[in-house]
Amino acid sequence: MSLNKALNKVPIWCIYIIGMFPFLIILYLLFNFKLGVDPLKTLEHQLGQWGLKFLILTLLITPIRSFFKINLIKYRRALGLLSFIYICLHLSTWIFLDLQFRWDEIIKAIVKRPFITIGMAGFLLMIPLALTSNNFSVRILKRNWKLLHKLIYFIVFLGALHYLLLVKSWPLEPIIYMCIVLFLLLIRLFSKIKILSNIKF
Amino acid sequence: MSNYINKYSEKDITSEKIFLNRRQLFALAGGFGAAALIPGKSLADNLDMRKPNTFEDIINYNNFYEFGVGKSDPAKYAHALTTDPWKVTVDGLVDNPGIYDFQELVDSMSIEKRIYRFRCVEGWSMVIPWNGFQLSDLLDKIGVKDQAKYVAFETLFRPEEMYMQKTKILKWPYKEGLRLDEAMHPLTLMATGVYDKPLPNQNGAPLRLVVPWKYGFKSIKSIVRISLVEEEPLSSWNIQNPKEYGFYSNVNPNVHHPRWSQASERYIGKNIGGGLGGLFAERHDTMMYNGYNEVSNLYKDMDLSVFF
Repeated sequence: MSLNKALNKVPIWCIYIIGMFPFLIILYLLFNFKLGVDPLKTLEHQLGQWGLKFLILTLLITPIRSFFKINLIKYRRALGLLSFIYICLHLSTWIFLDLQFRWDEIIKAIVKRPFITIGMAGFLLMIPLALTSNNFSVRILKRNWKLLHKLIYFIVFLGALHYLLLVKSWPLEPIIYMCIVLFLLLIRLFSKIKILSNIKF
Repeated sequence: MSNYINKYSEKDITSEKIFLNRRQLFALAGGFGAAALIPGKSLADNLDMRKPNTFEDIINYNNFYEFGVGKSDPAKYAHALTTDPWKVTVDGLVDNPGIYDFQELVDSMSIEKRIYRFRCVEGWSMVIPWNGFQLSDLLDKIGVKDQAKYVAFETLFRPEEMYMQKTKILKWPYKEGLRLDEAMHPLTLMATGVYDKPLPNQNGAPLRLVVPWKYGFKSIKSIVRISLVEEEPLSSWNIQNPKEYGFYSNVNPNVHHPRWSQASERYIGKNIGGGLGGLFAERHDTMMYNGYNEVSNLYKDMDLSVFF
């Protein structure tokens, strides 16, 4: 496929550069006082939302290959790591700028507030995936690597749930994110079931 | 007539130009928050040193779900609201029920300036220079019958202008309520303006409630109905999620909310300091009743963790 060839000529570092663009734009807006009356909240929310967006992109790679025969698998690791970078920035914004090291409140929040518990669980589960997102780990862990990285399905669900539970009412945006995530998870489940039934019959 | 002595004097709210000058002075002083300037003062004293938010802050950061759930949505969409003519229905257990014309009503009341802290349940706060009249003055005027125990309020329901009312995001029209003694408290204000200008649509034009010791969502906007009733009235957020939003919703750092820490809050706005529009501004401990301790006797025999 010539399209695949052309696409795969794009070096991976380009993905990292492009992937940091949203952060640069947010910083540009921040320094120009264009993030609204409460720039901290906007910053915090934008970073979290981009983390979720990149997570969703990593889940899109396989369906794009199955349905459109476009192979972007080479870039999936970069997308996953970009997501981790944004989530780290999101979490640091919360701890350092929002809660300002009020550790008693931070710990209470993690323990008592479901949406924060869920978000924090998602972040913690991302750490082993980020740490093993390199060729060395793939070689060492062999089959276990694949197994470990299946955690991403759970993590992206936690991410979308974290967003959904944060808001006071039922606004559209987090619901849309959750629908996309559920769709991407369900098509995997269905293809699994299909494979199993193939084996049976 | 008003029997509340406002601790803020006229000079606190003369004009925006003076506010600007003050802010410039603050900038000269090094951009620290008010608290940092006066070492050794108590928290409450320091809070009273907070300068009002700018008019721009106040009109661009609103929770008014009739116009969208984003904080900047009301500023974008509230222009669709027609506020003239405006009628306010007064009914229930009153001596003088009726449909009052807003302008006539306002002309018959004495309008004051009140600078109040405004604490949102989401954990941010502002300081807002309102104009308005005491709710108690209005209640005296309409004559409250003895059986009345609560005051119920309703926002306008007009989906063709308030587009979110076509959705089921909340139960419309927005409703709120106060116990009669809360409503009669001299702090309780019916606001008709900010910064000596008529209330902008996104802030709840032309008439809204302001109860400074309660979380912001109690301060219902664009009121068209005031009813005196015997039973505790429904309130929209309480219907939406009774576990999270109680009828009283007094600002209380000791009662947890499942989503937000109420132990502390962030002051927001352009003149808060901390650089980059308040990015590094200091977080502050939340005060009981938002610092309005004069209301504590209203709740002296109540378990506030039950009646939250």
